[in-house]
Amino acid sequence: MSTPTEIREKPSFLSTGILILGALYCLFPVIWVVAAASKSSDELFSTFTFAPSVHLWNNIVELTAYRDGVFWRWMLNTALYAGVGALLSTWVSALSGYVLAKYDFPGKNGVFKVLLMGVLVPGVILAIPQYLMLAQLGLTNTYWSVLLPQIISPYGIYLARIYAAASVPGDVIEAARTEGAKDMYIFNRIALPMMLPGLVTIFLFQFVAIWNNFMLPYIMLGDDTLFPLTVGLNGLLNQGATAPALYTLVLAGALLSIIPLVIMFLFLQRYWRVDLAAGAVKA
Amino acid sequence: MAATATAPTQADKTAIAGPGSPRKARSFKQRALTPYAMLAPGIVLFLVFMAAPIAYTLVLSFQQKKVSGLGLGKGAQSTVFAGFDNYIRSVTDPEFTASVLRVLTYGAILIPLMLGFALLFALLLDSRRTRAGNFSRTAIFLPYAVPAVISSLLWGFLYLPGVSPFHFVADRLGIALPSLLNPDLITFAIANIALWGGVGFNMIVMYTSLKAVPQEIYEAAKLDGASEIQTALRIKIPIIAPSVVMTALFSMIATLQVFAEPTTLRPLANSLSTSWSPLMLVYRDAFTRNDIYSAAATSIIIALATFAISFLFLRIVQKRAFGQEN
Repeated sequence: MSTPTEIREKPSFLSTGILILGALYCLFPVIWVVAAASKSSDELFSTFTFAPSVHLWNNIVELTAYRDGVFWRWMLNTALYAGVGALLSTWVSALSGYVLAKYDFPGKNGVFKVLLMGVLVPGVILAIPQYLMLAQLGLTNTYWSVLLPQIISPYGIYLARIYAAASVPGDVIEAARTEGAKDMYIFNRIALPMMLPGLVTIFLFQFVAIWNNFMLPYIMLGDDTLFPLTVGLNGLLNQGATAPALYTLVLAGALLSIIPLVIMFLFLQRYWRVDLAAGAVKA
Repeated sequence: MAATATAPTQADKTAIAGPGSPRKARSFKQRALTPYAMLAPGIVLFLVFMAAPIAYTLVLSFQQKKVSGLGLGKGAQSTVFAGFDNYIRSVTDPEFTASVLRVLTYGAILIPLMLGFALLFALLLDSRRTRAGNFSRTAIFLPYAVPAVISSLLWGFLYLPGVSPFHFVADRLGIALPSLLNPDLITFAIANIALWGGVGFNMIVMYTSLKAVPQEIYEAAKLDGASEIQTALRIKIPIIAPSVVMTALFSMIATLQVFAEPTTLRPLANSLSTSWSPLMLVYRDAFTRNDIYSAAATSIIIALATFAISFLFLRIVQKRAFGQEN
């Protein structure tokens, strides 16, 4: 955090202590689920709640056996929705932001203002009409119904415009154009790599948003082989209300579903520098 | 949004000349259409998945189903214009008002706590006298990676009397702790889940804008004899005020839309009704009761309320937070 040239000031126990308390509060449920997921269903309600047991592997095996491994389907589905959805979303945002930053054309500010209003539209309000519209096309209860509505991200376009303005010099585009390069070629081969650090942040934002989304897939999907983790685990918990033996499976599932995102987070931490007010994400 | 909307235009001054450029390799017409063609994917997706659903909801909110005769056979049911009937029914529905009140209480508990802790943590992280900053920052930010469904599930079990460590400790101390999932405490219980999930993200937003402040300002304050707390209160907080305003705005929008947390907790907490939050009510009307017209009207009311709150809030704080920019 501090550079070697900086004089390190006297450590403060109070401020360090408060932060560590905050950290413990945030780690508390995560540590708990590691212990809880290792218990058998009898132990869950009998032994001390933080006391780990030896049944983790057994719980995972049972979870895998549940409805022919549907849990792993959910995991793959979530990766598909979040991965493919966020990639497409990032590309569309980058292209739109780049055009808005680097071209002058009639109606440019109007387009941008309308898109910007989209940032404030409560996303979940859209889910029900989207369902009704996709139902008329026969697209509900398909992968498309969850994937397509989450590609458009007004906030992503807004951020991409800022990155494009800041990181792609006008003369570079002009030079490429003089050499006869087509506009899409310039965007894909020249502008996109220049915008990359910022685009990683847009990707992460959208990835987390889709990974965490519950209402849209909850409304769109009926077939449990299409579910993402959120909807699947919610359903499993619902069944647990009548069959408490399922609770240990729910907890093992919760633990397994946290792991990939936590790993991704730790590796990509430096891209999370978000300044909402400046509208900029400093990467 | 005024302050944020004008931000990019300044950076755009470097924008290259488009259609009017003297060095045009291709026909003028083709060049003039290029930006529109490149914006097409974004615009089409926006129209189909944002504009059209909003328009459709508006249309539905002014309609209702009319049943003629016994309602049997083809043509016995038709859709008719309903005026403001659906809106009046929504607003006067005691379940709706109750859900709005619950969500307002929930927001009043959650938002000050979440932003207060986020600000405190951000300032502490920024302080040079804090140690183990990387560990704390990572740990506090980590819950952002946990979907609301999963965090509700984890906390739900932590609240459940048979499993809860809180009850375990209380039992040992001989205190009879009421269930955290009972009707009186459930709002706090849900607010805690959202606090856990949101404090880290807001902390990162504020911390990022603190890092953008030139260090010289602090050096100067220090030379003037300002203590660290004085520097934080008089310099750091005013400088990052715009960030705090934006996090507050986004938190309010999110509060009005709370859905995943109470829906997930329902199997564990009998006291949660299917109309606990306005959005749960919309969901129930649309899919359990098949009354999409009422659901549409309620959706529009929630959307309008969101806009109104965003607008009012920005108007109120703009003079104070962004006033010094001009």
